[in-house]
Amino acid sequence: MAYQFDFGSLWEYRGVIADGVGLTIRLTAVGTVAGVGLGIAGAFARTSRSPALKAAVGAYVEFIRNTPFLIQLFFIFFGLPVLGVKLSEWQAASLAMVVNLAAYSTEIIRAGIQAVPKGQIEAAEALAMSRLQIFRHVILGPAMRKVWPALSSQIVIVMLGSSVCSQIAAEELTYAANFIQSRNFRAFEVYFVSTGLYLILAVGLRALLKLVGWSLFRRRRHV
Amino acid sequence: MFDISLWDIVRNLLLAARWTVLLSLVAFICGGIAGLAVLFARVSAFPWLRRAMGWYIELFQGTPLLMQLFLCFFGLSLVGIELSPWEAAALSLTLFASAFLGEIWRGCVEAVPKGQWEASSALAMGYFQQMRYVVLPQAMRLAVAPTVGFSVQLIKGTAVTSIIGFIELTKAGTMITNATFRPFTVYGLVAVFYFCLCYPLSLLARRLERKLHAAR
Repeated sequence: MAYQFDFGSLWEYRGVIADGVGLTIRLTAVGTVAGVGLGIAGAFARTSRSPALKAAVGAYVEFIRNTPFLIQLFFIFFGLPVLGVKLSEWQAASLAMVVNLAAYSTEIIRAGIQAVPKGQIEAAEALAMSRLQIFRHVILGPAMRKVWPALSSQIVIVMLGSSVCSQIAAEELTYAANFIQSRNFRAFEVYFVSTGLYLILAVGLRALLKLVGWSLFRRRRHV
Repeated sequence: MFDISLWDIVRNLLLAARWTVLLSLVAFICGGIAGLAVLFARVSAFPWLRRAMGWYIELFQGTPLLMQLFLCFFGLSLVGIELSPWEAAALSLTLFASAFLGEIWRGCVEAVPKGQWEASSALAMGYFQQMRYVVLPQAMRLAVAPTVGFSVQLIKGTAVTSIIGFIELTKAGTMITNATFRPFTVYGLVAVFYFCLCYPLSLLARRLERKLHAAR
């Protein structure tokens, strides 16, 4: 007997799906804002003169970049309570997103910083600007503009990666899909639709980030 | 009740890590072969083929690996193909790798100067001859570093296959945690295992990249 597709049976779960999409978006928003913010701080730390600080940030970046997100998530959600840090599903999922993206964006932004011409930094030093002033006014803008495309695609990857947060029962889109699948046994239909939703989210996020990049980093004309 | 020592945990994780390595190898090799087909289609002379492959790549780069895995695992059983978790994992990671590798290699092929194509076609070489003797040897030099870099992503990707019940490093970690109630130790160790697999490859990719830039 051939399988009868039944996408209509998903309609009654539209609320669950919408909630899932909402949480995926919120996770991504928190992860992006805090992750990129921390990434800027991390990249600044890596320009510091203290070898200890540099090494610490470097080790953090390498460790996160060379382990799976799922394991980081499990470690935060199941492992940290042993140390007395108890987090809810939502807190653990957001923390994992932030920790993960912070490492990647530190590395990406560092590459951008290396591309800033030395002469500009020397000129700023000659103007007696402090290290923080130089970073903020001379280095950061051009560096961010240069790496924004790379940063954008990393943000999209992290958004897609958030689907594994379903495994600690954070109620995002994949969790919603699993939930519906366990109710109506329409596995293919549910996963087909949620895959499509992820695709829309990815395309939309990419467009949004392009817009953000354009409005933040377009070359301002000097009068 | 019996005691599970730290050594027991490490030993069992090591045994499970074999499956992570094997799955990564299978996905990398099969994905590489399929990726080559994706590449050829992506730089072919037919616009419709190029566009179709563009969609294929977009589909795999724009959706979570976990969803691809679910669709492979649950979707194919609808058409009568029952896959074991191992087969579903190998299949979906192969497709995943083919899309990414195809796109990485396309960038490398397009980085080969246009004059090389023109010169070789002036020598009356066919498409496959051009690829084989002129373009690919040059593109391959560019491709090595990002390809090694992607293998790290692939190894990390295998962790997701634990969710459909394939017993590799992550799944073993979960099972041992359930038996020992020591999540901090076990997941910490699992992370260290992954790090030991991935970090050498990351270092290699970085060194290859530096060498390439020095050679230019």
